[in-house]
Amino acid sequence: MNIVVLAKLIPDLVEELEIDDSGTALDMTWLRLIINELDDHAIEEAILLKERTGANVTVLAPDIEGVDDILFTAAAKGAERLIKIVGDYESGVNNHALARVLTPVMKDLQPDLILVGVEAHEDLDGSIGPLLAGYLDLPFIGYVASIELEDGKATATKEYPGGLSVEMEVTLPVVLGIQVAEEPPRYVAVSKVRQAMKTAEIEELEAGDFDLAGGPTIDRMYQPEVSEGATIIDGSLDDIADSLIGIFKELGVQ
Amino acid sequence: MNKDILVVIEHIRGEVADISYMMIAAARQLAETTEGEVLAVLMGSGIENLAGNLAADKVIYLEDPQLANFTSDTYQQSLENLIRENNPRAVVLGHTSIGMEVASLLSAKSDLPLVSSCLSFSGENGSVKFTSQLYGGKILAEGLIPEPIALLTMVPGGYKPEDGQSSTPPLVITAAAPQFADLEISVKQYIEPETGDVDITSEPLLIAVGRGIQLEDNIEIAEELAEAIGGVVCASRPVVDQGWLPTSRLVGKSGYQVKPKVYLTLGISGAPEHTEGIAGSETIIAINTDPAAPIFNIAKYGVVEDIFDLVPVLTEKLEES
Ligand SMILES: Cc1cc2nc3c(=O)[nH]c(=O)nc-3n(C[C@H](O)[C@H](O)[C@H](O)COP(=O)(O)OP(=O)(O)OC[C@H]3O[C@@H](n4cnc5c(N)ncnc54)[C@H](O)[C@@H]3O)c2cc1C
Ligand SMILES: Nc1ncnc2c1ncn2[C@@H]1O[C@H](COP(=O)(O)O)[C@@H](O)[C@H]1O
Repeated sequence: MNIVVLAKLIPDLVEELEIDDSGTALDMTWLRLIINELDDHAIEEAILLKERTGANVTVLAPDIEGVDDILFTAAAKGAERLIKIVGDYESGVNNHALARVLTPVMKDLQPDLILVGVEAHEDLDGSIGPLLAGYLDLPFIGYVASIELEDGKATATKEYPGGLSVEMEVTLPVVLGIQVAEEPPRYVAVSKVRQAMKTAEIEELEAGDFDLAGGPTIDRMYQPEVSEGATIIDGSLDDIADSLIGIFKELGVQ
Repeated sequence: MNKDILVVIEHIRGEVADISYMMIAAARQLAETTEGEVLAVLMGSGIENLAGNLAADKVIYLEDPQLANFTSDTYQQSLENLIRENNPRAVVLGHTSIGMEVASLLSAKSDLPLVSSCLSFSGENGSVKFTSQLYGGKILAEGLIPEPIALLTMVPGGYKPEDGQSSTPPLVITAAAPQFADLEISVKQYIEPETGDVDITSEPLLIAVGRGIQLEDNIEIAEELAEAIGGVVCASRPVVDQGWLPTSRLVGKSGYQVKPKVYLTLGISGAPEHTEGIAGSETIIAINTDPAAPIFNIAKYGVVEDIFDLVPVLTEKLEES
């Protein structure tokens, strides 16, 4: 059983985001990038499946600054193969381009299961999971919260709103978009990651030219204007607490 | 010239999802610019009645037992066919657990451009501009909808469901689904939501905890506050994903839509997936250390303080009074 997980680095939303001089993209100069949280869940789910079934786990990621860290961290968690896709990411890339680059790579790797975070907050041209499934002619199930593997089939639990889910059965190979892993992503000690840096190897594959067709062109990016923000209550903690209690009374909930 | 707008109606177990009406409202506006018609696509089995209040010019109803439950492959194949037959200007789908994957599959298989997370549209000399939401709602992006046919996925917030509803039933054209090929996915069973101890959708006062609460043990400060004031604790997704509170307390896109009198947030940033669940709240009060947190854009009252400093003081005062 071969499992391939796709992961990418995206801007950390805790940081302030700024638009660059072109007015059509984020200013990446000071931006802190972190692993897409949902990809982290996809890695966790792959490792859990490995522990249950003895599957092999490969983690594949675009070669953006910080990628070695996320790959070595995955190795420390139990991934056996690490691959980064080297290319010219500076001039812009979208999910259509990445999915096109990954299509022949997947044909080589022959995975039974491809896992990826169901979306990323920077996606503007759809999600990479179903795009890749489309190019590979594989089935896709997204918003997945648990997976069982048996006899060349996967049973995936897909989430709908309001706590409802549905169990779907699908023949392998399949691409699954992970919403949440069955366990919160595990923590690995820095020492284990350092160990992985010494023992694990990161393979490199060339992306070649990116074909962005299929995604929109952005003419303008901006921060939303706030029509009428919150009334800010300040003062000492005592004053604030008193004000809040006053508001609760006024609104009839106290 | 392509001018009609196809809208893929989302429904789960006999109920049309609100996003469908919002999409129809958006499609009405798009169709005005393109001078076309709004064609709603309803796919299922024995659900013709769901077409009744859709404010579309026509409803194309694909009736087939294989469409009784959503799977991405049957939806994708049906739509591929309908797009070929109707040659629309745009196909509008929800940015949801149904629409999002169908849109991306279609984009790859039919080689059609896709714009996701659209919040609103506006017409400009015959061409249509999209405004999309990204980076957790912190940034908006604008551009022209690709020609000649575009796939669009929509997030809530730009249109009102009422504007996609009509009291006059639309013309319904029942059609056969295509011959499905190579179906790999089958639906086994639905898993009902956990029935919680409380129903957060009917509580008048909700204390919502987010990732700012940091540790499972800290949930206690929210519980104590809730007890002192007579409210109920609910949460954002990261808190539930950690297993600190059950799914019955989850608010947002994948959780519940709540409509309390007062929604008090403790350490919640206000990501669109969360805020779409709280639009029906009468008054939102936010406590967050980050003055730039998007939650302050929709809250009526805001406090820029550390919850660990403020909440105990608040609880104590409430207990005294
Ligand atoms: C498909 C999909 C579906 C989703 N569905 C949902 C959903 O249904 N519900 C949901 O909630 N999310 C959902 N999400 C996740 C959503 O995108 C956000 O990640 C999530 O809402 C963020 O939760 P948060 O605000 O608690 O955490 P964060 O965004 O991390 O915000 C934490 C906030 O706490 C503040 N803070 C930190 N420490 C303190 C302190 N001591 N005192 C005061 N403030 C502090 C910080 O300033 C920050 O603003 C979904 C995501 C996806 C991709
Ligand atoms: N038990 C733990 N000890 C140390 N770090 C952790 C632990 N659990 C999670 N983390 C990491 O701490 C960071 C913040 O986690 P969170 O509070 O969930 O946002 C993440 O990068 C986690 O991977």
